[in-house]
Amino acid sequence: MRGTLAAREARLAYLMLTPTFAIVFAIVLFPVLANFWIAFKPVELGDLRPPEPIVRERLRSDATAVGAEVVVRYQMRSSSQDVAIRDVVLFDTLPEGLTLTTDEPRCEVDGTDLACVFGTWDAGYRENLDLTFEAGPAYLAAGAPDPLASRPQMRGRAPNVLTDFTFTLDNFRRVIGAPDFWPSLRITLWYTVFGTIGSILLGLFAAQLLHADFLGKGFLRGVFLFPYVAPVIAAAFAWAFLLDPLSGNVNAVLKEYGLVEQAVNFLSRRTATIDLFGLELAVPMALTVVILFEAWRYFPFAFLFILARFQAIPQDMYEAADVDGASPLQRFWYVTLPQLVGILSTLFLLRFIWTFNKFDDIFLLTGGAAGTKTLTVQVYDQAFALADLGAGAAVAVVLFVILATFMVLYFRFAPEGE
Amino acid sequence: MMRTSPPGFALASVVGAFVGALLVLAWSLLATLTTTGAASAPLGWALASGAVLGLALGALRRAKTTPAPAAWAAGATVGVAWAALSGGTPLDLAHPFWGTPAAILTWALVGQTARYGLRDIDLVRVDAHDRERVLLRGLRGVGFGFFVTIVVLPFWFMVAASLKPRAALLRDPTNLAVDLSRGVGELLVGYREVLVTFDFARFILNSSFVAIVTVAITLALAVLGAYAVTRLRFPGRAWLSRSILLIYMFPAIVLVIPLYAIFSQLGLRDTLPGLLVVYPATTLPVALYMLRSYFQTLPKDLEEAGMIDGSTRLGVIWRITLPLSLPALASVGLYVFMIAWNEFLFAFMFLDSPEIFTLSRGMVALDSQEVPRQFLMAGAVVVTVPIMILFFWFEKYLVGGLTSGGVKG
Repeated sequence: MRGTLAAREARLAYLMLTPTFAIVFAIVLFPVLANFWIAFKPVELGDLRPPEPIVRERLRSDATAVGAEVVVRYQMRSSSQDVAIRDVVLFDTLPEGLTLTTDEPRCEVDGTDLACVFGTWDAGYRENLDLTFEAGPAYLAAGAPDPLASRPQMRGRAPNVLTDFTFTLDNFRRVIGAPDFWPSLRITLWYTVFGTIGSILLGLFAAQLLHADFLGKGFLRGVFLFPYVAPVIAAAFAWAFLLDPLSGNVNAVLKEYGLVEQAVNFLSRRTATIDLFGLELAVPMALTVVILFEAWRYFPFAFLFILARFQAIPQDMYEAADVDGASPLQRFWYVTLPQLVGILSTLFLLRFIWTFNKFDDIFLLTGGAAGTKTLTVQVYDQAFALADLGAGAAVAVVLFVILATFMVLYFRFAPEGE
Repeated sequence: MMRTSPPGFALASVVGAFVGALLVLAWSLLATLTTTGAASAPLGWALASGAVLGLALGALRRAKTTPAPAAWAAGATVGVAWAALSGGTPLDLAHPFWGTPAAILTWALVGQTARYGLRDIDLVRVDAHDRERVLLRGLRGVGFGFFVTIVVLPFWFMVAASLKPRAALLRDPTNLAVDLSRGVGELLVGYREVLVTFDFARFILNSSFVAIVTVAITLALAVLGAYAVTRLRFPGRAWLSRSILLIYMFPAIVLVIPLYAIFSQLGLRDTLPGLLVVYPATTLPVALYMLRSYFQTLPKDLEEAGMIDGSTRLGVIWRITLPLSLPALASVGLYVFMIAWNEFLFAFMFLDSPEIFTLSRGMVALDSQEVPRQFLMAGAVVVTVPIMILFFWFEKYLVGGLTSGGVKG
């Protein structure tokens, strides 16, 4: 009895989880596998539309009397210049009262249905097929309807590069051998590490500020969340225009206060030289700006979690610290910070992964120009800008493998999170 | 009565100088951003005057604080002096408000803020603790100014730029004030163009439809899944519980190429149903995780009572669990809505037909059409405002939803 009850419970549980499994499998897990598959195949964007026979029909001659001829021309061609198409067939529906008079062994008329069987077409095949029909009384009685009114259909079978079994390592060779692969990896790493640290530090600072009771605290907390809640596209456009060298506000203010002599092209300059006490430092400019954007946009996320953790720190720990005569900084360092280790390490993991995966922000701000082409932008560039799906998928595989390695290392060596 | 000691005066003058410089800078920035022309920032003078004001506050001290009226008055006096000595244009800006009135107001605020920064600090025997407390208060002040600036400025700019033609921005790029004299119709021309000519009105409907359906699908599936994971025993439950969030770590960009290929071949690519399959899949794991955390806090007794009364599981979920979970459902729903509304990548990759554009996709299309920036910023405001309103309305829920599950205690 107990056994069947447990089995029924398990069955119910699986039943309730089935839709979730199905959708997650179809949209997340299966595509990841498919991405690996595509990465080993010579697929271009154009291959997504498989080769097919294409037809256009034209009327060469019209009939106005019984016995007159109607001539229809089918202009047919293969859409592919390099693959043959097998089992090519043409279908069309004719008006009533037309009789085929052309001697065309490939075509047959059954009532009003026309069917022509062509067999295999070589790559780049094209043919104009003229079919002559004799108009019968029924045709004219119907008011000589337009034979082109029904559109002809063609069918054929062609190999699909996506599903056949040709594999290649070329994608990886091209992608990893490209001169900008290693720089791109380095840029990704900089972006991820500094974006993560920046957002967490800002979040910690902001949480520190709001960890006190004062009038308008709730309102301010809401305002601090703005960057996170606003749609990325609006935030990115606002930043891009704010930093614009001509009409942007930031450059205007900087010039007004004499901090820069000329307008700075923040988003399209690769490096800036900063003069620090006579020491010339070359700083990546556009990359720094996208990192700042990342820190700006995601500090509210860290802020919320840290604030929630602050509120859970028992008050008596601070009282004990006060009794011991701890200064405010000591209180933060010895009481607060140790309590935050768990949440900070969890945040670091989450933000690191998400920043590593981030595409929208950089794509919208710089499009990957001026030394900001991270791996994610590279995926897009290869697959869609250069129309090389296989190469894009190969970059995605590299990205995925790095991510998986990081996660394995993290879970092995990181401090116990919450 | 104890007199302020020399170290106390030194501390007070440092605080005064610091607050003075900070608020004069804020005053100058605000004046620059809201008027034609630019204000100067006489920081040296601000430091000096602030230091003097700090000394005055030290001298006016009673017990452990300076009386507020005295601080206001001392500050305002400095402001009057600034206005008088500069001939009414302390920031080299002839303006009815940002000249003399702003000088008096700013300096009165400096006096008050410096008084606040020095409250409860022993200015007779200043020790390291006191200096540290004052330092931290200063840091807090800077922090508030910093965060409010970085958070508000981009959005302020967005709204301001949507209300003025580019020529006006080019002529006077520091001015973010709205020129009301141009009349409402003229001001809102960008919004009219974007909503009517560029069809954003339709995109709003599309985005709302996509977001609402995504919320409905996600919540329905997540409730079932979360209930199963928290209340039912089955082999693989612990493993499942742990791996839910792992799905959330999968990079969207890795999914884009295969989904693009598959959806193209299935004819799902340029359709809203296509998006409506992808969005729930990406939001489900986190929704399930959040709901799971909430269900774990619900007492089992009520449900068991329901079961004994002869309800089926689904009946119990519908009549007992769901009504108890309304706050959690609200926060998860809001979070999912926000993700779906803001989503860019899949909308950008999948949608080609303008009739089914979401707002994000519509913005990209607008950007590629060589339209004036004013229209683009108006579009950005149109995308942002609905989600902001929703968010402010339900902020409490959203905050709860964002942090639930991630944080213990």
